[in-house]
Amino acid sequence: MSGTSAPVRVEPRTRARTGTRVRKPWTTGQIVLTLLGAAVSVVILSPLAWALFTSLKSETEAVEVPPHWLPRDWTGQAWKAIFETGNITNWFVNSLVVSVCVTTVVLVVGALAGYGFARTEFRGKGALMGVVMGGLMISPAVLGVPLFTTVQQMGMVDTYWGMILPQCAPAAMVYILYKFFQGVPRELEEAAFIDGAGRWRVFLTIVLPLSRPSLAAVGIFTFISSWNNFLWPYMVTNNPDLMTMPNGIATVMNSYGIQWAQLMAGGLMAGLPLIVVFVFFQRQIVAGVAHTGLAGQ
Amino acid sequence: MTTSAGTVVALRARAAAPSTTVRRRQGFQHGGWFVAPFLVLFALFVIWPLLRGLWLSFTDANISGEGARFVGLDNYREALGDQLMWDALGHSAYFTLLVVPCITVLAFLLAMLAHHIERGKWLWRLCFFMPFLLPSTVAGNLWQWLFNPGTGMVNHVLGIETPWLSDTSYALLAVVVCTLWWTVGFSFLLYLAALQGIPAHLYEAAELDGANAWHRMVHITLPMLRNITGLVIALQVLASLQVFDQAVVMMDFGPGPEGSTRTFVQFTLEEGFTSYRVGYASAISIIFFVLIAAVALARMWLLRNREEDGR
Repeated sequence: MSGTSAPVRVEPRTRARTGTRVRKPWTTGQIVLTLLGAAVSVVILSPLAWALFTSLKSETEAVEVPPHWLPRDWTGQAWKAIFETGNITNWFVNSLVVSVCVTTVVLVVGALAGYGFARTEFRGKGALMGVVMGGLMISPAVLGVPLFTTVQQMGMVDTYWGMILPQCAPAAMVYILYKFFQGVPRELEEAAFIDGAGRWRVFLTIVLPLSRPSLAAVGIFTFISSWNNFLWPYMVTNNPDLMTMPNGIATVMNSYGIQWAQLMAGGLMAGLPLIVVFVFFQRQIVAGVAHTGLAGQ
Repeated sequence: MTTSAGTVVALRARAAAPSTTVRRRQGFQHGGWFVAPFLVLFALFVIWPLLRGLWLSFTDANISGEGARFVGLDNYREALGDQLMWDALGHSAYFTLLVVPCITVLAFLLAMLAHHIERGKWLWRLCFFMPFLLPSTVAGNLWQWLFNPGTGMVNHVLGIETPWLSDTSYALLAVVVCTLWWTVGFSFLLYLAALQGIPAHLYEAAELDGANAWHRMVHITLPMLRNITGLVIALQVLASLQVFDQAVVMMDFGPGPEGSTRTFVQFTLEEGFTSYRVGYASAISIIFFVLIAAVALARMWLLRNREEDGR
């Protein structure tokens, strides 16, 4: 099984789509399992519910002892406050700019490189491939300080560039696309070459359209990790106007006497976009995460 | 730091031998241009920092980067004798030892559950996976709030008065709980995908042979999941060793009670950005890199041995 990226089956398509599914009768086993699933879901989701309810309390009610789940006085104060006084809209825009840029660059650069490694020949390819694979073990967590001084040397501390570019060289994504392109039948390309198409044309009109699912997987994965990235933006900027959501919430909102209702509202704001996106694109995202993970298998 | 896709791939990187069969075939040359943009970024932000870190680790550089002197192996010598470094390494290792088995078992159980419930699959998947969609810092803040001794829900629900975040014996445990809740969804999805990839005919055949549910699980499901379990464990080990975000957020950006949650990454950043000892911090980073690389290589070596044994 090793070396091949197993096809990721999310669920049998036909059941969800055709509408003519056969309702299986409830067996005892199914009832027990479903109840168990519901109980587990309640446990997993209760922290989120707690965050939501806290955000709808007043600051004084939020810190009452003993705590209670539901607000006595439902209020949108905290939500109003974070939009009126804080930089949260700024951070939201920054997060969006950074994530979109990173995802775009990674897709373009990664697809080109993956294809280059999979399907073209050039001197030193094997050696380069080895170096890139070695780079897989390097992350900002491992080499944060030298990476920072490098970016500092380039004069990119406290800039969008400094936040974006270091996130744009993920060897992992190149490797995933490389594996995918290897699986594209060569005959398709060779036929086009014989018809006189150039390398670029083949890449753009034949290979890329075939690889949409893989590109989607890589794009989604990159977007999630970039949106949620804390460590690198934390290192590279302490300018509140440049911070991203996770970063701003963690540093600025935590700094002068935590206002819990506001902090929870801010946290939900940071998580909400991905949750909404997940609800709508669940199939693609699940396939994406599973695919990027399993590609390493 | 959660599971980075980088590590996913490092584990199987050895399959990357270039095919030379079509060398010189028309249209298959001059591929350098395809690879060039990536290589530029890779060289600037991966290779160069690594080389630079290696160089800095032999100097007494400060954050400004000026007036650095070559000091040979002094930084490494100091690091190996630095109790703080060993403590930080110990915390990260202990954290890893706690998180990895728990997450592997939990993810497997959740996947089995979601796989076997016939109705509303999308709903279970959504519920189990949702925490992973939050930024690490938000997860950290949320659990800091939940573990708050007076106003938090954990003590209230359990009816206890444990000072989770301010007691040396509980603080790291609290970070572990937060991490489990936040990241189990990722491994859960990997397991779920793997479960769905097991051919149904295996189960059918076993059923014909009269195997009961337990036998089917022990003789089909578990062996078929062996690869994915190896992957999940390896990914979690590498990610857990690099833990940072949720721990610092839960401890208000401090090292926790008596430094008991100071992780390796945090220690490196403190030396680099708080004490401004970039040379020393680089040496520690290099040590960390070697450690991470050793783990990844060990995994590759294990895989290869297993394959040679014909599994």
